[in-house]
Amino acid sequence: MAYIPHTEEDRREMLATIGINSIDELFREIPENLRVHGQLNIPSFLSEDKLYSHLAELSRRNSDLVETVCFLGAGIYDRYIPSTVAAVIQRGEFLTAYTPYQPELSQGYLQAIYEFQTMVANLYGMDLANASMYDGATSMAEAAIMAHGVNGRSKIAISRAVHPHYREVLRTYCWSVGLDIVEIDTEGGITSNFTPVDSEAACVIVQYPNFFGVIEDLGKARDAARAAGAMFIVVADPTAMGLLKPPGEFDADIVVGEGQPLGIPMGFGGPLLGLFSCKDEFVRRIPGRIVGRTSDHDGNNGYVMTLRTREQDIRREKATSNICTNEALMGLAATVYMEAMGKNGLRAVAEATVRNTQYAMKKLTEAGGKLRFQQRVFGEFVLEIPKSPASVQEALLKKGILCGLPLGDYYPELKNCLLVAVTEIRTKEQIDHFAAELKEALK
Amino acid sequence: MKKQVPVPKLIFEQGRPGRIGANIPVPNTPEVNLTEAVGEIRETLGLPEVGELEMLRHFTHLSHVNYGIETGFYPLGSCTMKYNPKINERTASLPGFAATHPMQPVSTARGNFEILARVQEILEEITGFPEVTLQPVAGAHGEMTCLMLIKAYHESRGEGEQRSVILVPDSAHGTNPASAARCGYSVKSVPTDAAGNTDIEALTGLLDNSIAGLMLTNPSTLALFEPNIEKICEMVHSVGGQVFCDGANMNAMVGTTRPGDHGFDCMHLNLHKTFSTPHGGGGPGCGAIALMNHLEPFLPTPVIRREGEKVVLLKNRPQSIGRVSSFFGQFLMEVRAYTYLMAYGKERMADISRHAVLNANYVRERLKEVLPPAHDRPCMHECVLTAQQYKKNGIRALDISKRLIDYGFHPPTNYFPLIVPECLMIEPTETETKETLDAFCDALIAICGEAISNPELLHSAPTTQIVGRLDETAAVKNLDVRWKPCKSCP
Amino acid sequence: MNVPNDLKYTKTHEWVRLENDVATVGITDYAQSELGDIVFVELPAVGRKVAAEENVGSIESVKTVSDFYSPVGGEVAEVNSSLGANSELVNEDPYGKGWVLKVRLSDKAAAEALLGPDAYKATLDH
Repeated sequence: MAYIPHTEEDRREMLATIGINSIDELFREIPENLRVHGQLNIPSFLSEDKLYSHLAELSRRNSDLVETVCFLGAGIYDRYIPSTVAAVIQRGEFLTAYTPYQPELSQGYLQAIYEFQTMVANLYGMDLANASMYDGATSMAEAAIMAHGVNGRSKIAISRAVHPHYREVLRTYCWSVGLDIVEIDTEGGITSNFTPVDSEAACVIVQYPNFFGVIEDLGKARDAARAAGAMFIVVADPTAMGLLKPPGEFDADIVVGEGQPLGIPMGFGGPLLGLFSCKDEFVRRIPGRIVGRTSDHDGNNGYVMTLRTREQDIRREKATSNICTNEALMGLAATVYMEAMGKNGLRAVAEATVRNTQYAMKKLTEAGGKLRFQQRVFGEFVLEIPKSPASVQEALLKKGILCGLPLGDYYPELKNCLLVAVTEIRTKEQIDHFAAELKEALK
Repeated sequence: MKKQVPVPKLIFEQGRPGRIGANIPVPNTPEVNLTEAVGEIRETLGLPEVGELEMLRHFTHLSHVNYGIETGFYPLGSCTMKYNPKINERTASLPGFAATHPMQPVSTARGNFEILARVQEILEEITGFPEVTLQPVAGAHGEMTCLMLIKAYHESRGEGEQRSVILVPDSAHGTNPASAARCGYSVKSVPTDAAGNTDIEALTGLLDNSIAGLMLTNPSTLALFEPNIEKICEMVHSVGGQVFCDGANMNAMVGTTRPGDHGFDCMHLNLHKTFSTPHGGGGPGCGAIALMNHLEPFLPTPVIRREGEKVVLLKNRPQSIGRVSSFFGQFLMEVRAYTYLMAYGKERMADISRHAVLNANYVRERLKEVLPPAHDRPCMHECVLTAQQYKKNGIRALDISKRLIDYGFHPPTNYFPLIVPECLMIEPTETETKETLDAFCDALIAICGEAISNPELLHSAPTTQIVGRLDETAAVKNLDVRWKPCKSCP
Repeated sequence: MNVPNDLKYTKTHEWVRLENDVATVGITDYAQSELGDIVFVELPAVGRKVAAEENVGSIESVKTVSDFYSPVGGEVAEVNSSLGANSELVNEDPYGKGWVLKVRLSDKAAAEALLGPDAYKATLDH
């Protein structure tokens, strides 16, 4: 077998060195009744050519979003990915490396992570960032637990306008570790009633832009947090940071987010990239790995994983988190993206997103939809339509358009609505086509 | 000879204002007044301004000072640094997979659900458990999810509060107690006996009805198969506890034995170890879990299951622990794992563990004169050796490891498991040739000779990379985790 | 191994200097050498009531963390805040400038019953 190089001769020589006659003898400590006899009941192997055609056939059973035009966002976005991203992350020195526990052999990755940490912190307007978490949802859950670790309070106040899946993950994590959740209501598409944020609240969590695409005034949430002595946590979209005033400038304590829009394919939702940043004063409390700059004993500049005593392998049950493996390769993809796009590119992407979104809002309302909320939005909006969103979605799929997310399952009061996302790669023609087909479907 | 490569500059020290490193999308929709549309716009954005070639060279230089499995032997114990097949990268890049959205209608993603169902089914067969979920996204995440299932199970039987303790061996990986703490459990340690097995007598003393469960790695972190595993599981069950198998060492078992047959109630897998998905410098991981039927009601939602011809998504699961990650798990990693599993199939699957165990025992045999094994038993897929005898020469395991770098090898794991002093944990994996193993052993034998005759060579190692040993104390005390344009800048 | 004769000790490598009803507490030379370069000391709040053998803080080096146990019971009267910027004082001068905290004793007799220097040295020989 190609991946296992041993020949009959290899095995013979090795067994002779060990002083045994067969590999079976090496398993002699496994009780006989626990040994697998014969072959497992799984499919037969495929040669590489057949492997490829088999997987390709399976992939063709999907309606992919190269053929179908994507207007669905909800946390995962169809954005431009520079070709350089794949070229870099596919390099074997990065792709097949392990966690950089031996820094002398891993300066390349460690420096890339240091650059990543810098750019994430800058994007969010925060003091520092870690080397990545699993995804936006678990990043947010970890931020809530960190707030509890900082101030000892057990109530997590979270806006209803935060991504429903993120709130579900938070619910699971909080149940597991013994924290309570209280939801803050929304009205007109924005987080409205901060009364649950009282002296028992460990933190206040809002999303920016929120799940409905609305750009909330972060000052309100910050003021509610400060009045209660709670931590102020924001879940922020990284692309929007190309344009919007970042949460750091609103005095956020922790900012987390989903890094998928930064050069990572939608990939049916995995792998993703959790972003985690905070103020300097909380650095000893953060979960996950962090890379620091130092020098060797000859004075050469170098990078190393630092503040290791927070982590599970040293601190064990008192660790700031149980996280070990993170999303380093996706972090590297985001690093390439942020360096390729740079200040000018990210700004341009954000601007193009706004332009396209504004145009879509105009055309889709002309086609018979209504804007549910009268608020400023970034790249996504809630469109109310006079027919069932599920049926409209089905009709439009036949025309090669994935029109957005029907919201009824998540927000019962929005059961007549679609969440429509318009990214920088959508064209005027695609939007016009969407509008024309929507008009047709609403007849 | 020190490595002759350009020392990479930070990207922030390169470029010029106005540069851009990609041929970016240009909208053809009408222009808008941005401030009217979105409100206040940020004034500064601290990202670089470099051209595309400049940026690409930057990463090429970084790659030249980074070591991966494709560079050379990478014998980290319990990490299973095996070959990551290139075909997996091709299949995972198929646009039919990569360009799909997790919230697109189920009927438009039949191929994806088919992949997930097939991976679940193959892993069920390999592990010997009737249920698998792929929603956990890393090993530690999978451990935590299993403990959540156990917690929900006890709560469903009215014993949630009473069962507040998780037992963890003193040889366990740190994620075990950390994950237990994440489920609100306190942790008690179970000692390992001199033979390297769980101390049955000590375990008996710890078992009572406050125990929610026992976490065991099998083979253990000492690379030894637990011969009393069935008995241990029975003992824990008899006091109403559950037994979790940490499946980090599954590479010793694939096709040869199945944890589901050992008596375990659930286990986690590291697809990025055993099933070849790339480590990527520390992730993505892929933490599938497998479990028995009594834990099935508590599975994270949604549950993916084959029903007749179709694969369905089950969302209405009243006893579910809820969601543990954003969507379905590390989907594109599952595509890689599926490709790998199908490259082996039923005919070849057992070759993995057989050759992994052969390679580890070969290395153990070749090194035993200079680095004695911690236990006088055949090892499984890795061997744990001790460098204690060199302490009197002022040499520690760390020094031996650093000197290995000068010989061109990535060091093995040091100081884990904690219970073996000055230990080196070497996991060759099945994808290494005999010549590589011999070269590695020859190097270690030479280094152990140097430890006695010329220890300074080890103390000053490594000298062949762009940096020597780094000042980790200064890294903490003068904490610098992000670049700033100047020392006094905010 | 430096084990001054005028101090009391615990099995967990803390030392105590008794002056009337105030005990000055730190970690021993043995402990600091085992830990290596100390990078961070987690201290309890002044005014906190502590019990003998209670875990009241921690001492971190780069690769390990050691729990710090108060050898005596009472109230925390003072903590060594200079350890914030100069944690290396614990390595350099563990019995002097590297002191960790001062406790106003609630039970002087218990404090006097701690290990003497010879008894402590005997524990190190194992």
